[in-house]
Amino acid sequence: MDRSEIEKLAHLARLEIRPEEIDEVATRISNVLALVDQLQALDTGNVAPMAHPLDAVQRLRADEVSEPNRRDEFLAIAPATENGLYLVPKVID
Amino acid sequence: MEWETVIGLEVHVQLATRSKIFSGSSTAFGAEPNTQACAIDLAMPGTLPTVNAEAFRMATMFGLAINAEINRRSIFERKNYFYPDLPKGYQTTQLASPIVGAGYLDLTLSNGETKRVRIHHAHLEEDAGKSLHEDFHGMSGIDLNRAGTPLIEVVTEPDMRSAEEAVAFAKKLHGLVTSLGICDGDMSQGSMRFDVNISVRPKGQEKLGTRTETKNLNSFKFMEEAIELEIERQIDVLESGGKIVQETRLYNGDTKKARSMRTKEDSNDYRYFPCPDLLPVVLDDAFIEDVRRQMPELPEAKRARYIAELGLPEYDASILSSDAATAAYFEEAAQLSGKPKLAANWVMVELAAQLNRQELTIQQSPISAAALAGLIRRLDDGTISSKMAKIVFEAMWNGEGDADTVIETKGLKQVSDTGALEKIVDDIIANNPQQVANYRSAAEDKRPKMLGFFVGQAMKASKGQANPQELNRILLEKLGG
Repeated sequence: MDRSEIEKLAHLARLEIRPEEIDEVATRISNVLALVDQLQALDTGNVAPMAHPLDAVQRLRADEVSEPNRRDEFLAIAPATENGLYLVPKVID
Repeated sequence: MEWETVIGLEVHVQLATRSKIFSGSSTAFGAEPNTQACAIDLAMPGTLPTVNAEAFRMATMFGLAINAEINRRSIFERKNYFYPDLPKGYQTTQLASPIVGAGYLDLTLSNGETKRVRIHHAHLEEDAGKSLHEDFHGMSGIDLNRAGTPLIEVVTEPDMRSAEEAVAFAKKLHGLVTSLGICDGDMSQGSMRFDVNISVRPKGQEKLGTRTETKNLNSFKFMEEAIELEIERQIDVLESGGKIVQETRLYNGDTKKARSMRTKEDSNDYRYFPCPDLLPVVLDDAFIEDVRRQMPELPEAKRARYIAELGLPEYDASILSSDAATAAYFEEAAQLSGKPKLAANWVMVELAAQLNRQELTIQQSPISAAALAGLIRRLDDGTISSKMAKIVFEAMWNGEGDADTVIETKGLKQVSDTGALEKIVDDIIANNPQQVANYRSAAEDKRPKMLGFFVGQAMKASKGQANPQELNRILLEKLGG
């Protein structure tokens, strides 16, 4: 991983990494990727991808409204609110 | 140079479930902001999604209706991006294994030709919340009521060649999902939203031109305008030697202008990966067969039935069957009046014109299907003439009561009583000896024109309420002698 890749990933993940930290982060992530490379060296050609070790599948729930309105509790722990809305730094497309 | 337009669509269809796709919050439209956004929708730490079975039933129904393969095993993936209208930092969607595989819709174009538009796939995903940008002291307000509402995104192949074809596809899809009952079809509330991919190429060229995507069109009219505008823009750019930049564009229906939103260069890297919070959803044959059995009548079948069983002309049948609400209204009016063709005429002409004028949907019609049937019955049994029926319709529209009430209060009853009409005709003959003599001595082919005088007099005497057919018959009989 080079510096520019780390910078791009940090931007996509909205993480702030100080310039002096970048080399260290790059080394650490590269080490993780090396581990993944070791795993990828295994021949899994005849193993089907699995989502769960027990081959479990998703349970579905009935279409019923079960969640009450708890807006006041949620608004109370938000940094900024107004007229029932959560306020965030201005976003424009 | 002659150019060919190539259009593909991505359509977001909100599913009409009661609760959200991954939580038990209500999906009802119009609630106070954030009153339908629970801890799961807000991405509170420690919450886990649960999956709404109804969303899968509806998506399966859609798949069966477009003759698509239903994937027995479908997988949810995370599409990662930061935007405050989806607080998790990703949208849960499907990419590699969507629920609905390839299918198609056949369109009938205005020139009578049939056109097949292939559908690449349709996948299930969650809708985002809404951002409000005005008037929050430089901040944006977020309402997450819509976050987590189930959507199917329908992705077509680039099979359409004009705005007309794209709009025809959009209308067909709208008719289909409303007939299936899986979407309320209310475009003004965003229940269906269209992203249009457009490119142009020299006619005869195989290779596709660079495309742009115009996002979030929420009416057929805006869609048509936006496509025409973009085709024109691209051709202008190319003909003046320029290049089309792959970009996302936004069309403003009020100003009739479009602008670039973002170019491909800074487009997101979504880093899709299978959602570790959700296991694969596996549907068995029994589930799919069960959905197949519950399928309501589709517009195509309705159309055929209107022709075969109700005796409607093809044109009427196509129009009335294309939209679920219109079909339901028409069928009720036809059944209650017992006169399908008359009901078809009234729904397609008078009612449609009034609804258009006042920008109402048929569900908002001030005249119910039952009330319209009442009017049709009075027209059919000769109580009122078709001219009077229009006056009665007007009054019913304005809330003056049902047909019988309006006929009574306005004194619009047509005089069909033979005795009363004979009396009127006798009086006219007695009072206009000269005209009668002229009529009787006139040549056979001159007589019809001269009859007009007597009809006019009789109508005047009856205050316009004489039954025209009956009056004509009596006049001819008495003048002939």
